[in-house]
Amino acid sequence: MMALETRNLVKRFGGFTATHDVSLSIRKGARHALIGPNGAGKTTLINLFTGVFAPTSGQILLGGEDITTLPAHARVARGLSRTFQINQLFGDLTPLESMMLAIGERKGHGRRFWRTLAADRDVAEEALATLERFRLAHVMAVSTNLLPYGKQRLLEIALAIAAKPKVLLLDEPAAGVPEEEREEVLAIVRSLPEDVTVVLIEHDMDLVFSFADRISVLAAGALFAEGTVEEIARDPQVKAIYLGEDA
Amino acid sequence: MTHHTQASEFLNARHRWRLWEIALWLLAVAAIFILPSQLLILTEIAILALFAVSLDLILGYAGIVSLGHTAFFGLGAYAAGILARDYVSEPVTGLVFAGLISGLFGLATSFLVLRGSDLTRLMTTFGVAMLLAELGNQATWLTGGADGLSGISMSPILGLFEFDLYGRNGYIYCLAVLIVLTFVARRIVNSPFGLSLMAIKRNPRRAAMLGISPKRRIVAIYSVSAAYAGMAGALLAQTTNFVSPDVLAFHRSADVLLVLVIGGAGYLYGGIFGAIIFTLLRDWLSVATPQYWMFWIGLILVAIVMIGRERLTGWPLLLAARLRGKPAEDAR
Repeated sequence: MMALETRNLVKRFGGFTATHDVSLSIRKGARHALIGPNGAGKTTLINLFTGVFAPTSGQILLGGEDITTLPAHARVARGLSRTFQINQLFGDLTPLESMMLAIGERKGHGRRFWRTLAADRDVAEEALATLERFRLAHVMAVSTNLLPYGKQRLLEIALAIAAKPKVLLLDEPAAGVPEEEREEVLAIVRSLPEDVTVVLIEHDMDLVFSFADRISVLAAGALFAEGTVEEIARDPQVKAIYLGEDA
Repeated sequence: MTHHTQASEFLNARHRWRLWEIALWLLAVAAIFILPSQLLILTEIAILALFAVSLDLILGYAGIVSLGHTAFFGLGAYAAGILARDYVSEPVTGLVFAGLISGLFGLATSFLVLRGSDLTRLMTTFGVAMLLAELGNQATWLTGGADGLSGISMSPILGLFEFDLYGRNGYIYCLAVLIVLTFVARRIVNSPFGLSLMAIKRNPRRAAMLGISPKRRIVAIYSVSAAYAGMAGALLAQTTNFVSPDVLAFHRSADVLLVLVIGGAGYLYGGIFGAIIFTLLRDWLSVATPQYWMFWIGLILVAIVMIGRERLTGWPLLLAARLRGKPAEDAR
């Protein structure tokens, strides 16, 4: 059973082909890493998965269902969730409010306009539990933009997880996190439930090799190689285009 | 303090009635007895305040700028005026009717503000207001055209309270409508729906990635805001027994924006404080320097924007927090 598939996916921006005929299959429960040099089209691919961009041609399937033309919010409702390479948070809203928003939307409470937020006790409980798990409970009432970057990064991931996704796309989860807060973020990524399919974009090869069970290598928008961690680590061509220049 | 109590305290504080809110409403009610000779200007303030609260719902909460909000205000004024002239002269009926008409027009035009940047929103809202102003001007048979809509004679409110010459019942009526509608707006912005609007304003892309359909939420609040503006327009028509084509004029859209800038957007009371300051200031300046009052209003506007920098929203809260010597965490 494939959690996420693409078929001959193409995305052109003007004359530039950012995604070139990518056919990718990610099985359910996988820890799948997408790697490739800068500009290889990794984030474009994530944006195509999540509906930020519409593909020029090709298909995207989530759990076998064609989601190519669905708007972003409808994909989330079907179990596709993501984090952003650069934090996309809600400025002066607090972590508690942000989490309650994310959880409330999953439960369809976002249309309730007459009850107070405080009356939504189930949502508050779940938000608090998640914040505790992410070690954000003690800052729950502080404006998000006043939090240290590592904490903001944790909130970024917590928001994506609040949607209870079947497929979670992590775009460089550890990027920009200072060394001393890094382990906290990585521990959370490692402890994600096993039945959640995780697609990870990452530059840090130690993290990729320790976390992923399968790796796809992108280069110039196209799928260049795919295989297990061992296969990719041994592949001389991959080394040449990517690992070589990185190491 | 456990995390549970901290969370429930924070959540309860979000919608708790503040002391200054209660004081404001008590003062507004007390004004009926303390300032019996000022009831006409107080009525004017209440109507402008409601209009500004309506703009705050879209600008302060959903981040939608409008340069044509008076389209809904003017439409409501004409709807209430025509209904009273030709069919039903009971004010509350007219108020509801005007709210419905403007709300529906808001719903119909909301698709214009769904896409695009602030600039396109400014232009489309401006355009809609201009269209409506010209229609109102041309449809003389219905609106009275450039002469305005006259021949309105309101019957007693709910069949009980007659509009008197001193404007006492008129003020009580407008204040009651303002209080009820502010209470309703307060419920809306403190709800999960209100929170989703605040999220859409701050980061629409991320909001969509949490499963929110920003379009539907914007359509909803835009319609509510339009209905509010329409009811404010109805109050003007009903308390003055006249609808001037000026209700659709550009300066009203600009004024209400200015009111919100003065009072601060995004906490609902900015429109009310702004309306008080703006009306009193205009009144005072137009007497003190009849020829130059626009100059002073302009200067004050520039000063406010310079002091508030880019952060126009919630500057009174910022200021209050600064005076107390605390970081302005509450200020939104």
